[in-house]
Amino acid sequence: MKVKMLSRNPDNYVRETKLDLQRVPRNYDPALHPFEVPREYVRALNATKLERVFAKPFLASLDGHRDGVNCLAKHPENLATVLSGACDGEVRIWNLTQRNCIRTIQAHEGFVRGICTRFCGTSFFTVGDDKTVKQWKMDGPGYGDEEEPLHTILGKTVYTGIDHHWKEAVFATCGQQVDIWDEQRTNPICSMTWGFDSISSVKFNPIETFLLGSCASDRNIVLYDMRQATPLKKVILDMRTNTICWNPMEAFIFTAANEDYNLYTFDMRALDTPVMVHMDHVSAVLDVDYSPTGKEFVSASFDKSIRIFPVDKSRSREVYHTKRMQHVICVKWTSDSKYIMCGSDEMNIRLWKANASEKLGVLTSREKAAKDYNQKLKEKFQHYPHIKRIARHRHLPKSIYSQIQEQRIMKEARRRKEVNRIKHSKPGSVPIVSEKKKHVVAVVK
Amino acid sequence: MNVNQVAENLALSHQEELVDLPKNYPLSENEDEGDSDGERKHQKLLEAISSLDGKNRRKLAERSEASLKVSEFSVSSEGSGEKLVLADLLEPIKTSSSLATVKKQLNRVKSKKVVELPLNKEKIEQIHREVAFSKTSQVLSKWDPIILKNQQAEQLVFPLGKEQPAIAPIEHALSGWKARTPLEQEIFNLLHKNKQPVTDPLLTPMEKASLQAMSLEEAKMHRAELQRARALQSYYEAKARKEKKIKSKKYHRVVKKGKAKKALKEFEQLRKVNPAAALEELEKIEKARMMERMSLKHQNSGKWAKSKAIMAKYDLEARQAMQEQLAKNKELTQKLQVASESEEEEGGTEVEELLVPHVVNEVQMNVDGPNPWMFRSCTSDTKEAATQEDPEQLPELAAHEVSASGAEERPVAEEEILLREFEERQSLRKRSELNQDAEPASSQETKDSSSQEVLSELRALSQKLKEKHQSRKQKASSEGTVPQVQREEPAPEEAEPLLLQRSERVQTLEELEELGKEDCFQNKELPRPLLEGQQSERTPNNRPDAPKEKKEKEQLINLQNFLTTQSPSVRSLAVPTIIEELEDEEERDQRQMIKEAFAGDDVIRDFLKEKREAVEASKPKDVDLTLPGWGEWGGVGLKPSAKKRRQFLIKAPEGPPRKDKNLPNVIISEKRNIHAAAHQVQVLPYPFTHHRQFERTIQTPIGSTWNTQRAFQKLTTPKVVTKPGHIIKPIKAEDVGYQSSSRSDLPVIQRNPKRITTRHNKEEKL
Repeated sequence: MKVKMLSRNPDNYVRETKLDLQRVPRNYDPALHPFEVPREYVRALNATKLERVFAKPFLASLDGHRDGVNCLAKHPENLATVLSGACDGEVRIWNLTQRNCIRTIQAHEGFVRGICTRFCGTSFFTVGDDKTVKQWKMDGPGYGDEEEPLHTILGKTVYTGIDHHWKEAVFATCGQQVDIWDEQRTNPICSMTWGFDSISSVKFNPIETFLLGSCASDRNIVLYDMRQATPLKKVILDMRTNTICWNPMEAFIFTAANEDYNLYTFDMRALDTPVMVHMDHVSAVLDVDYSPTGKEFVSASFDKSIRIFPVDKSRSREVYHTKRMQHVICVKWTSDSKYIMCGSDEMNIRLWKANASEKLGVLTSREKAAKDYNQKLKEKFQHYPHIKRIARHRHLPKSIYSQIQEQRIMKEARRRKEVNRIKHSKPGSVPIVSEKKKHVVAVVK
Repeated sequence: MNVNQVAENLALSHQEELVDLPKNYPLSENEDEGDSDGERKHQKLLEAISSLDGKNRRKLAERSEASLKVSEFSVSSEGSGEKLVLADLLEPIKTSSSLATVKKQLNRVKSKKVVELPLNKEKIEQIHREVAFSKTSQVLSKWDPIILKNQQAEQLVFPLGKEQPAIAPIEHALSGWKARTPLEQEIFNLLHKNKQPVTDPLLTPMEKASLQAMSLEEAKMHRAELQRARALQSYYEAKARKEKKIKSKKYHRVVKKGKAKKALKEFEQLRKVNPAAALEELEKIEKARMMERMSLKHQNSGKWAKSKAIMAKYDLEARQAMQEQLAKNKELTQKLQVASESEEEEGGTEVEELLVPHVVNEVQMNVDGPNPWMFRSCTSDTKEAATQEDPEQLPELAAHEVSASGAEERPVAEEEILLREFEERQSLRKRSELNQDAEPASSQETKDSSSQEVLSELRALSQKLKEKHQSRKQKASSEGTVPQVQREEPAPEEAEPLLLQRSERVQTLEELEELGKEDCFQNKELPRPLLEGQQSERTPNNRPDAPKEKKEKEQLINLQNFLTTQSPSVRSLAVPTIIEELEDEEERDQRQMIKEAFAGDDVIRDFLKEKREAVEASKPKDVDLTLPGWGEWGGVGLKPSAKKRRQFLIKAPEGPPRKDKNLPNVIISEKRNIHAAAHQVQVLPYPFTHHRQFERTIQTPIGSTWNTQRAFQKLTTPKVVTKPGHIIKPIKAEDVGYQSSSRSDLPVIQRNPKRITTRHNKEEKL
């Protein structure tokens, strides 16, 4: 007679080591789990609440400057090194891991207008109010040596900005015109101009490196082609653009920080309509920088706050502010896309987390899994009113809050007037202009 | 003329210009020029004037300042309006032969087109810009697919560029290596002998040759052919195997027969084509026949045949089988007579062909005969109430007509026949009554009483109508009284069973509805019993339930039922009965049709039903907490005692009154829970187009509690992954497989220093 025995493969229930987790057999039949949606909902709610609880983005404040911080630069090869130029002509190099200043250089008389590093990270360039461009070595001088620049170029006019090419020994300065310099020469290789107003910022395209973008104080943004040594196109906006920044992952996308509290993301092939208008600031936007992933950017504003915008959203996902932070003049997103630095009027450089509630340091695999799961849950249930309300809640200083209210009223009034005008005039006589088109005055070929 | 003269002419033309100036002021000019060498100049002036066209003369001379640009090359013709033509200049040198070459050159110049003026600088710059812009945007457009891909990617891991493991190719490894040991040497010798490639192209010459021998397409075709052949073979094999497995004798018999027939056919053909071969075939067949004759097959001598022979006495089938066997034998042993046999077969088929159409025609006749509508009404048993009433109605109407037209003239005898009929029917009904159950007495009584009331009413009505027919009054009354008396007695008795039937049914709203319809029918038929009592008795099944139905209606006519029940009753009252009588059949048919078409389209009733269901569903339910078998015996078929049930039944509290309680045409859902609403999505979120899409995304759980580990990992992969401590560089053309746009981004001037230097040299030379 054959006796049937229950036999199991020990591989299915025996752990390899006692450090392994116990195998828990599960029945995934959905009929046995009737409350999966409510349970996940509660989990999502908890995750959202915890996210807000742990949202502590402020990491450190680097103090040492004796005047407002005017410009910042990242080291291209080293994540821990940051350079900053102040309004008193002082340049400081910081170590972020130790959170202290490594080196101090009195680089210029007057403002340090611009600072940029060479693509290899061996030297950096500064421009100042004293009409000079100076190149410095990244490493400090030996013991007893004087701090001296490698090269100094004396110009005829004040330079207001500088940017280095991403691959070659070429840099561009702006002022009266956009000059392109070879590092070895004391005269510009070529200078490009279009109009006669002072140019406030110039930026190389990181992907198609022969492209340049600049913004001038006559409210326009001009694009240049370095190879053909001509400007390409010019777009005139309602108000002055302070800075532009190219998207490091999308060759033709750049974002302009405008004086009219908005940021405009343009596709450079179609300048007549911005791809997106980002509005949340309540004062002039002074600086903008893209996350290296190209998905988000951070903007610094005169309203004493910095905001993080997703590229494809018109509203910010995050706002950072502290009581002591004054007008933020410059901002940078670190190249590992984890941190944000901002330099402000009150002489400090602040270090923030890009994701406010992210846990720093090495995560175990289970922590990682839990983090991913929570993130997905938050995404999945983001439209639920309770969760949405919690996730969107931010504390704002009273000044910004009241400004927002005020501007909302103003905007509403403008909108109402517009609607009334359309209503009381002959149909078709008053054109309906979309928000995107409203701010573009003209595109000049 | 010579060159000097030309110069003079030029000077003259200058003078003309000068002279032109004061032309507008003739008076002053005359005064001025009157005195000095006026004569000659005046002549010249006149000549100049005559040389000018009429048009030009009127042209106003412009006052111009002395120009800053004085060119030694160009002759200014400003002001004169006349252009200097080459011909004028050449005229003087016509005669001199020494200047022929110059003249030729000048002529050649003349034939060439004039170069247009260069555009101004701004325009040129704009054109340059536009060209450069279009070029750049073209260059940038190559990034479109990559950006799209990155946007749609499930997951992006930064930094993007994959660090390829640095593995040196084998050639490099081999270059500095030599076989040293004997074994290695042996191996290498072997490899070399077989022409095994050591380096890059990893194919032996043999393989290469074989690859080249057959082109790809040929190989593909060849392979496809082979595949097809193989498939066909396998199909055939499968078929054969299946056929072999079939156990049915009949099938095999048929197959055998088919084969024999086929063989015969082939033989026929062979006979025509190749008589010699046919003869051989014939011999074969003959041989087979002989074999058959010799053997005892098919001669009812086998085991089976014997058993059948025994059974044949009793069993028709067995007998038939035996006969078949014998027939077969005969057929096999018969000598082959090809022509005659085929004829016979043909005849047989003819007969068959004849037979078949007859049957088909008959069937068709049957199908075609009646109208499809009629057909349907006749056959369908499961129809609505309306159709069910049809057969009842038709005889009624027939009788009705009879009563209406002929009641007065008909002799009494006819009525007596009718009476007899009625009595027969009555007896029949009594018999059927025995089978049916008895209703509770009380309900019977009420129905009886109500029915009697109605009957009395009807009687009164009939009398009124009768009075109208003055001529036949007495006769009619005498006729009327007899059936009335009769009716008074049997009516209650008859009513009971029929009422019983109805009472069983009247439970749902639909039943009530049907009752209402029947009621209206009845009202139409009202006058009939007035004229002839027996006629009324013919349809007692409809009549007696009228009072009961009315009574119920009174109870049910509240706000809700008012909507549905009202219409039939109103119609029955409003429509004059006489007109109803006069309705001809056509109209009725039409109505019937319409009713059939729109059967089951009662919207209002549906709505009320829906509302009632909604109300029922929203009512709080009682909670029964009885535990069967607790404190008493339990098991199959045992129920907890009533006391227990009462004890443990928690009555649900009456909820607040419904909001739509007094609104008959509205259902206000009270399902919405404000406490839950805070946790519910009110508006469909943006990317979704339908709420079901959204619900589906919510309903699929992503947690590891409900998913396997693998699925969980897949479901929770983050969209963007960044590695801590890694610098993310901007995307590069090389990373995504493009060539970078140019060797160098340096400006054109910078890239060609040679040209610059040459230009410098030139400048120096100059």
